[in-house]
Amino acid sequence: MEEENQAMKLYSHPMSSCSRRVRLALYLKGLKYECINITGVGDPELLKVNPMGYVPALVDGTTVVSDSYAILLYLEEKYPQHALLPQDIIKKSINYQAASIVSSSIQPLQNTTLVHYIGELVSPDEKLPWAQNHIRKGFVALEKLLANHAGKYATGDEIYLADLYLTFQLDNAINRFKLDMTEFPLLLKLYKVYCQTPSIQQIFAESSQQQIDKSLFNFTKPQEA
Amino acid sequence: MTSKLQLYSFFMSSCSFRVRIALNLKGLDYEYKAINLFKNEQSHPEYLKMNPIGYVPALVDGDIVLADSFAIILYLEEKHPQHPLLPRDLAKKAINYQVANIVASSIQPLLALPVMNYIGENVGEDAKIQWVYKHAAKGFAAALEILLKDHAGKYATGDEIYLADLFLAPQIISLKERFNFDMSDYPLLSRLCEAYKQVPAIQKALPENQPDFPSTEGKI
Repeated sequence: MEEENQAMKLYSHPMSSCSRRVRLALYLKGLKYECINITGVGDPELLKVNPMGYVPALVDGTTVVSDSYAILLYLEEKYPQHALLPQDIIKKSINYQAASIVSSSIQPLQNTTLVHYIGELVSPDEKLPWAQNHIRKGFVALEKLLANHAGKYATGDEIYLADLYLTFQLDNAINRFKLDMTEFPLLLKLYKVYCQTPSIQQIFAESSQQQIDKSLFNFTKPQEA
Repeated sequence: MTSKLQLYSFFMSSCSFRVRIALNLKGLDYEYKAINLFKNEQSHPEYLKMNPIGYVPALVDGDIVLADSFAIILYLEEKHPQHPLLPRDLAKKAINYQVANIVASSIQPLLALPVMNYIGENVGEDAKIQWVYKHAAKGFAAALEILLKDHAGKYATGDEIYLADLFLAPQIISLKERFNFDMSDYPLLSRLCEAYKQVPAIQKALPENQPDFPSTEGKI
């Protein structure tokens, strides 16, 4: 069928944890796609396809899905290879909980646009504490949630939905926001495992290859690269 | 013998409201356990012992404790398939996931108590309304009105109540009640709001119909 051979398109931002989750899922499931990098707001090509203007946005034939959580659940149902959710209902719900903690309680409060807005609204010195505070609160919850479930990865010995969310949130927390991870030994251990995992290394490498203004993502001292 | 479900909930919490609607639609009986977020009861040791992550709502089903409204609803959907909350069609299902997450990630977290308190303390009480309008408007106008334009029927994604409605109804109602939000720029969402008010499962789940809704005229 022609539809199956028509490559998917992913509108993505290289530094966005939301986009990177989806790229990791596509990679794990062995799905070919054209990656279209969007770095500016209101990109006309993106708006034509997705009037909401959000990234990531997936185009699969005539179907357009935006929002990373929605994309991931869509991919999981349409392309069941390399399952991103365990069969067991409890383990599955731990994955949903972990994903939600990141996608609702952490990511929206530490995303670049919002943090810069807090800098304007309150003070530039507030940017880092704001982001660290919200990440920390979410990490406290995650450290407890996963305590009795983690194996090599967050909810067992396979990479599942929770790991897709944790990997890039941890990367942001540690590298972008310099969060002290002392109180999160499990999360730190997971991050180290993620950094050794070839599929994840692939996505990290792809992001760093993009030519973008990285100074937008520097929330520590101005002189640091 | 299955024990009764327990829902830890706060009357005003839109996240709790979502789960209450789901339970009502599926005809699931449950014991209401009130957690007062204004009094920080979610941090009490007794609650944390049962639910270490300390979030509200939380569902207790026998030995299982689940937090997070999205996770709880998907769990209920799998365990109790009556009155499905997701359409079969994958594209329509994806729209429901998108709506749920636009609300759960782009709107609600920015209007949560700790954030509103921070804005009040660091910018000013007047700034709170501006903050609400900025973030709610962005989510509503930029996303939901556009997204649902080609999909809405009687409800958000057709003529049945689905996941999207469970997230939209509490958010719209909360914005109107808490912040007096003017919905006139959002005709589709306004229409949905009127439709939601007629649904018994949603009426039963309204904040004012919960056991912990303050019975006197005084606010908490």
